[in-house]
Amino acid sequence: MNKLKNLNKFTLTNIQSYGIVLLAFIIIFPLQKAGMLSNQISGLLVPTCTYVVMAISLSLTVGFLGELSLGHAGFMSVGAFSGVVCAACLQNSIASDPLRLLIAIIVGGLFAGVAGLVIGIPVIRLRGDYLAIVTLAFGEIIKNIMNCLYVGFDKNGIHFSMTSAEALGLIDAKPILNGPNGAQAITKISTFTSGIILIVVALFIVLNLVNSKTGRAVTAIRDNRIAAESVGIGVTKYKLTAFIISAVIAGMAGALYAMNFSTIKPTKFDFNTSILILVFVVLGGMKNIPGVMIATIVLYAMPELLRGFANYRMLIYAIILILVMLATNSSGAKQFFEKISSKIKKGENTDVQNGGVSNG
Amino acid sequence: MDKSRMVPVPSNAIMPERDIDKTPILETHHLGIDFGGLTAVDELSLTVGKTEIAGLIGPNGAGKTTVFNLLTNVYQPTRGTIMLDGKSTARKTTAQVNRMGIARTFQNIRLFNNMTVLDNIKVGLHNSINQPLGASITRLFGYRTSEKKSREEALQLLSFFGMENMANMQAGSLPYGAQRRLEIARALATHPGIILLDEPAAGMNPSETAELMDNIRRIRDEFQIAVMLIEHDMSLVMNICEGICVLDHGKVIAKGSPEEIKANPAVIEAYLGKKKEAN
Amino acid sequence: MTFLSNLINGISLGSVYAIIALGYTMVYGIAKMLNFAHGDVIMVGAYISFCATTYLNLPPVVSVVLAMIVCTVLGVLIEGLAYKPLRKATSLAVLITAIGVSYFLQNVALLIWGSNPKTFSSIIRLGSVSLFDNKLIITTESIVTVLACIVIMIALTMFTKKSKMGKAMRAVSEDKDAAELMGINVNVTISVTFAIGSALAAIAGVLLCSAYPVLQPTTGSMPGIKAFTAAVFGGIGSIPGAMLGGILLGIIEIFSKSYISTQLADAIVFAVLIIVLLVKPTGILGKKITEKV
Repeated sequence: MNKLKNLNKFTLTNIQSYGIVLLAFIIIFPLQKAGMLSNQISGLLVPTCTYVVMAISLSLTVGFLGELSLGHAGFMSVGAFSGVVCAACLQNSIASDPLRLLIAIIVGGLFAGVAGLVIGIPVIRLRGDYLAIVTLAFGEIIKNIMNCLYVGFDKNGIHFSMTSAEALGLIDAKPILNGPNGAQAITKISTFTSGIILIVVALFIVLNLVNSKTGRAVTAIRDNRIAAESVGIGVTKYKLTAFIISAVIAGMAGALYAMNFSTIKPTKFDFNTSILILVFVVLGGMKNIPGVMIATIVLYAMPELLRGFANYRMLIYAIILILVMLATNSSGAKQFFEKISSKIKKGENTDVQNGGVSNG
Repeated sequence: MDKSRMVPVPSNAIMPERDIDKTPILETHHLGIDFGGLTAVDELSLTVGKTEIAGLIGPNGAGKTTVFNLLTNVYQPTRGTIMLDGKSTARKTTAQVNRMGIARTFQNIRLFNNMTVLDNIKVGLHNSINQPLGASITRLFGYRTSEKKSREEALQLLSFFGMENMANMQAGSLPYGAQRRLEIARALATHPGIILLDEPAAGMNPSETAELMDNIRRIRDEFQIAVMLIEHDMSLVMNICEGICVLDHGKVIAKGSPEEIKANPAVIEAYLGKKKEAN
Repeated sequence: MTFLSNLINGISLGSVYAIIALGYTMVYGIAKMLNFAHGDVIMVGAYISFCATTYLNLPPVVSVVLAMIVCTVLGVLIEGLAYKPLRKATSLAVLITAIGVSYFLQNVALLIWGSNPKTFSSIIRLGSVSLFDNKLIITTESIVTVLACIVIMIALTMFTKKSKMGKAMRAVSEDKDAAELMGINVNVTISVTFAIGSALAAIAGVLLCSAYPVLQPTTGSMPGIKAFTAAVFGGIGSIPGAMLGGILLGIIEIFSKSYISTQLADAIVFAVLIIVLLVKPTGILGKKITEKV
């Protein structure tokens, strides 16, 4: 009986996670094909998918590994720009868009994984707030480096420079990465379907990992590091493994994201983006993957859909964020909410909902 | 490199007769550690036989847990050597020392509270499960076999302590006695040559203590390993330990069989104080 | 000469970072939280001073005092409304709330003052000091900033060492529960810490914008992050550490800008931080933390 219950809890998470993806696909795909989505919503599809993948990836670091990362957008940036360069270089040799996208995403993931390794080795040795601040520092460093990176591709092959576009010495070609201006003239090859597939891949990796030898080691380290060491688990090795996997997934998301736009700047992947993803993860319930996915969809789409309210939308977002944190984390508010939740159940539920909709 | 550190010095080993001609599972030579200017443990030389039940006792603050932390390389010793089954553990990490054959429990229980009882044991089995990262992620390449094997072995260990019915409970929600047993089971899962128990009977009633004594003997007999324990419950120590080492102010004040320890005036003094001082 | 002038600029910028870092470090030491909204309090302080001088034609000194008062009230309000209910919550929950407060302040500023940058006219209108036949020019802003920094540092050290409230602060930072049992009102102590930190943020805001006169709602965030790294750099929780970290950070930043690359200056600053933390994991003047097994 117990065995059944335990099995159910695990499969339930799986069913919920994959179910959300499937449901989103079933609803949105036909609407998109039939051209029934507004431009605004169509434009949101790939970014939303990307942020869902980013949130799943960060959930691995923050939720399962229990280390606060404030520079996750850095990996997204590495993945985005390496993916863009890769796709641009293959533009003429590979005609198929999906295949080129696939290769670009894999390359983006690999480069981000290397960045994860380079950053992870020093970072993993630190603890708590110090780890957080160093990830923040790395995020900023990546942004700065991308800001002065010039890459071009011509018949002589690929050129790099850290000074200027002219220094590339391109013949009959424009730079792919142009320093602070970022990538320009990207061929948009990301699609909603590819986004959904990437979410499924990310889910597959993370959910499988959690219920395996590696996943147990990671959870054990977070739960009680000293005990984990005492049973022979190499803390650095497993922390680093989780960190790199998280970076790879973020890099793949970055590549997908970049190829949904015609231009993208390095400043897009700054500290605020890292924080945004962290907020999705925390409000979604840290290692509760279905919760994290839903939180991402709602929180990412909400400010975008509120664009009509221009200046007020981020203010509303901030207020909601503070209120949710207070409501879910302070002991006083918890009691208060328990009290009114019983009242709401008695039929005031509809009023609250209507109020919310008319305000939004 | 100080050469004398590397060469095992023959110590006045007191071991059960059955272990006497085998390599001791654990030997320390002139082990010591300083914290800042304070010497917490000094000149600790002891030997534990392959299947010995050894006791480490002493008044509060004598440095007993520090010895365990030294043996597991949680603290790096300032002086001296530790030989585990004839091999030095110098410059190894805690995890590596565990893989070499020392497992331990903690004075304040350290379980993976948010994991199930079964998963706690599986974490203990970590180094004996053959499941590469690729298998973990893809659920292929022998994932099922390795998971099945670890599950079976974990259940077996739980049944040793009569805990198989608790397999799917959260470790943190177990009653106190069961938590202590789980911690021992998890340590055993790492296939150690010696298990260090830090106050295993703390907070237990007499009947639980009796069960614990029985369990310790069974661990020694069935797994054929050594047990070293820190304990304040003298009836337990005198009942099951074959060799006892008494520590006071970080130094060994007596070594020997329970009978010898009971009769040793230095031990009595350490515990009760000198008569003159008491008056 | 350029070396000397760079050094002076670095110390001057570093002094601003140091003043901000003091706010971070005090709050971290006592409430054990990263107050990410601290950088935005700087921005509010700068706006208040800007409005006071531009629209109300108040004298500069009065505008600074006004900014300090507003920021102090703001800091205490933020602490009381957003952080106090979370005293027992996880540090991550508090951090996210602080981020929420930061967004909130930025967006309120956006609504009130708009997104167009305002040109902040320096509150110090005294010209500059020329030395060595005009080869070395030291702006009065630099002098005032460094002096302010030194005065604040001495005052804070005296305050925490000598005054009753200062001692209470140190006690709370050492062990909150024990301090409470000794009859210290922890809530009042934390509020006072926020008040002091926010008042310092106002001064930092005015000084920062006097030297770099572009004022917009996001003005505070980057200096905020840098000052925070300065606090970590010097050893978070330590007042001399914050000073040292801030000034070193300022010097490194200015030197990288003039000798290596303007665009990579920030990257270099953060790289130095990372190296310091790897060599000394709790910062230059931080205490070593040992874990009890």
